[in-house]
Amino acid sequence: MRGRDTEQKEGTVIERKRRGGKGGEDEHQEQEKEKMSYRPGMRKERRAGEREQRIIKNQKEERGTRRSREKLKNEIRKSTREPESLSPEELEKLKEAVDERKKLIQGLRGKPWSMKKKLVTLRESQEFVEKYEGALGKGKGRKLYAYKVMMAKKWMKFQRDFENFKTACIPWEMKIKEIESHFGSSVASYFIFLRWMYGINMILFGLTFGLVMVPEALMGRPYGSIPRKTVPRAEEASAMDFAVLWDFGGYAQYSVLFYGYYNNQRAIGWLKFRMPLSYFLVGVGTVAYSYMVVIRTMARNANESGVGDDNSFNFSWKTFTSWDYLIGNPETADNKFASITTSFKEAILEEQESRKDDNIHLTRFLRVLANFLVLCCLAGSGYLIYFVVRRSQKFALDGLDTHTWWERNEVNMVMSLLGMFCPMLFDVISALENYHPRVALQWQLGRIFALFLGNLYTFIIALMDEINLKREEEKIVKFNITTWEASLYNSTVSENSTGPPITIQPADVPRGPCWETMVGQEFVRLIISDTMTTYITLLIGDFLRAVLVRFLNYCWCWDLEAGFPSYSEFDVSGNVLGLIFNQGMIWMGAFYAPCLPALNVLRLHVSMYLQCWAVMCCNVPQERVFKASGSNNFYMAMLLVILFLSTLPAIYTIVTIPPSFDCGPFSGKKRMFDVIQETLESDFPAWFSKVFSSASNPGLVLPFILLMVLAIYYLQSTSKSYKEANVELKKKLQTQNEENKKKNKRAALKAQMDLEEARKAASQTAEQQKNNNASLQDQEGETELCIKMKQDVFNHGMKRNIQCKQKTK
Amino acid sequence: MGTTASQLGKDLLSEYQVSAQNAHKRFTELLTKDEKDLPNTRVSMERVLTLPELKSNPFRKRICYVFSTSEQKDGSLTFEDFLDLLSAFSDSATLEIKSHYAFRIFDFDDDGTLDCGDLEKLVNCLTGETDETRLTTEEMRQLINNILEESDIDKDGTVNLSEFQHVISRSPDFVSSFKIVL
Repeated sequence: MRGRDTEQKEGTVIERKRRGGKGGEDEHQEQEKEKMSYRPGMRKERRAGEREQRIIKNQKEERGTRRSREKLKNEIRKSTREPESLSPEELEKLKEAVDERKKLIQGLRGKPWSMKKKLVTLRESQEFVEKYEGALGKGKGRKLYAYKVMMAKKWMKFQRDFENFKTACIPWEMKIKEIESHFGSSVASYFIFLRWMYGINMILFGLTFGLVMVPEALMGRPYGSIPRKTVPRAEEASAMDFAVLWDFGGYAQYSVLFYGYYNNQRAIGWLKFRMPLSYFLVGVGTVAYSYMVVIRTMARNANESGVGDDNSFNFSWKTFTSWDYLIGNPETADNKFASITTSFKEAILEEQESRKDDNIHLTRFLRVLANFLVLCCLAGSGYLIYFVVRRSQKFALDGLDTHTWWERNEVNMVMSLLGMFCPMLFDVISALENYHPRVALQWQLGRIFALFLGNLYTFIIALMDEINLKREEEKIVKFNITTWEASLYNSTVSENSTGPPITIQPADVPRGPCWETMVGQEFVRLIISDTMTTYITLLIGDFLRAVLVRFLNYCWCWDLEAGFPSYSEFDVSGNVLGLIFNQGMIWMGAFYAPCLPALNVLRLHVSMYLQCWAVMCCNVPQERVFKASGSNNFYMAMLLVILFLSTLPAIYTIVTIPPSFDCGPFSGKKRMFDVIQETLESDFPAWFSKVFSSASNPGLVLPFILLMVLAIYYLQSTSKSYKEANVELKKKLQTQNEENKKKNKRAALKAQMDLEEARKAASQTAEQQKNNNASLQDQEGETELCIKMKQDVFNHGMKRNIQCKQKTK
Repeated sequence: MGTTASQLGKDLLSEYQVSAQNAHKRFTELLTKDEKDLPNTRVSMERVLTLPELKSNPFRKRICYVFSTSEQKDGSLTFEDFLDLLSAFSDSATLEIKSHYAFRIFDFDDDGTLDCGDLEKLVNCLTGETDETRLTTEEMRQLINNILEESDIDKDGTVNLSEFQHVISRSPDFVSSFKIVL
């Protein structure tokens, strides 16, 4: 000990100063004591052999690392002061020591030590690294090494600051935390999802706004210069009316907001911006970006939630992880207690009942009946929408002015109302089915999903009919235009003058129908009405109800707050589904109406504030609290399905239907994707287009697809085999532990028997000696002797006991 | 490159993303006027439990005991203990740290394992104070049997730290629910 102290004194002055003048030895002892005190049960008597074993092993490890560190330190101190004269082996050892310290610094975050201990260790390790890192570089490009080290440190610091800055920049963080503390993590997960959607829509908005709307507005031909950019003479009178603008007709229709405004000029402005190409690529890019983001988030969630061992630790998870430590509100805490109790009781009951199966036939019949009723509902709603859309087409042919407001907006209203009332109907029907609540929720979500999907697709089919109508109209209009132009020409020729050519106002030129703008308008109208319905139901269903319950309670016969209407709960799943479907509509319509992402950003922004306010003001915490994370990947999966299903119609229309001849950036082409072909041929060097055309050869594409399918099959089978290996290893672990326990018991028994024998032998010899000797003094001496002997034998036996247990473990 | 202790402390704290200023503000609110001038004061457990983040927590007393470094084991906390508490419950503490501290919090008798007595006290904490929310003895017994069946791998009747960590590492929402933010 003294030797170490003197060497300590030789050690760096800085180190000693930092430790407040104490010897390093004390510090280490203190650290070890702290470590010991944090290992629970160290002070109590040793109970189980395995715990001892673990403790001793850990101690040995720590002692070993500490010893090796000290050895290293001593060696380094022993070596001469001049770093240049360090031999290569010592340099190596020094490097190892420095690396070990660096690893310790990096892993410090994960160690469950107290802050004080961590600070001390950090300080110590950092000083060590600082002191000797420079030394390592000496003699071999020292300046470069030191420079590299400094840059690495600066980079790490910059990264850390950037991370902090990024966390500080996250919008609405405080709002969501407040909601989390009042309502728990499942309600907060909806708002986190909303914020994530907002982020995606911002990027989509950036793409469409920056690359499509702004170039056309700044560099394209201005309003009124060509026929497609002008309001036709017939509509001019009403173009500025609010009613028309609200319906996105009039001036709103003939603007950058919709497809029809864009000119098909190949390059516009002094930048030679390729407008049609940009339009097409932005359309494709929004879909590709959305796919990438959704799949990346799904993969990240799947990684975090571990392998799908959903039910293997049911009770343990309920006990250890069900409390939400973010809850700071006593009312929420009470609710949480109640829900935990209910969930315990349910789980216990369910486990008992899963062994019974009573009256399976009745349950099965009821479930089939319920599914049949649900199918009827879905079919009914689909037919209703189709009927309403055909009726609205009839109204459009008659002229919009002759009908009431309801008849004009029938389609949107019907769709929104269906979306509101059918889920309640499904809820009632599901009472027949008698499922476990979580399963019932999944069925409910599945049915609402099918409802929305059915409605959306019926809507699209009805739209397709209208598109076909418009295309028929196109042929007629083309014919009319040729006759009109002919009449104009004839009139000028018949005048037989050499006067100036007649200039026609763009507003007077007969226009061809534009089905793309019509589709875009329909989607925009649908989204607006959907938003309005959501906000109005929010205000009436939640706010008005809360106000009524609160104030009418004073003069009502029964307790409104506890009994019938009471305050509403926040419906997480319904709201998430609504959000997902809105996003699906955006994806569908964004190609035809570039203004949709902008509209959606505005809508989400307002939704966030409105719903945060409504939740805090009118809702009560839920009675049964659901795990948020289990549904996370479920919602992502639904989003992915919606993304796929909503880009399908858009892609179909792009690929099969020829664009209108009189509007949009692709007018005049046979198919919209011809713009790519054109760009490849004219803007890229010749070999590029050859490469592309050979790459799109079916002979190349089909084998590629086959290869991908094989890769998927291979990956799936390896993951299955990994799962099986997991199960096997678990079983092995269990049997191994059981065997070890048995061996342990046997060895302990044996050691105990040995101990008993030794004791017996000791007492026998003591008695013999007592008998042989008569004097008291000898007796005393002997009893002392035999006490000592007994002690020794006892200790020996105990040691052997421990050793046996160590060996067998 | 000599750095001062407080800067090092801030560096480490910033790694945990615990706002030291905020924590210090909340901690000094608990102190009386004359205590504010003394360095390293200890705040008694009753005063710590008045914090709204801890008040509704059924494990509040255990949390204070676990993070307290006082010799009398009375659950009193200094500012450093308070920071330890916050960093263990923060967003960026790793799963190992959280599971380690969770184990210590659930270990009511401080013997290094979770046995039947610990589990029973744990479940009683979770089901609330009133009699109507508590489980019956029969249900309790069955629940504890189920828990041990699932988590006790070596079948010794108790759940030790590694078994606990194994169970917790598979749970998808432990990390997100084991959080306290000021």
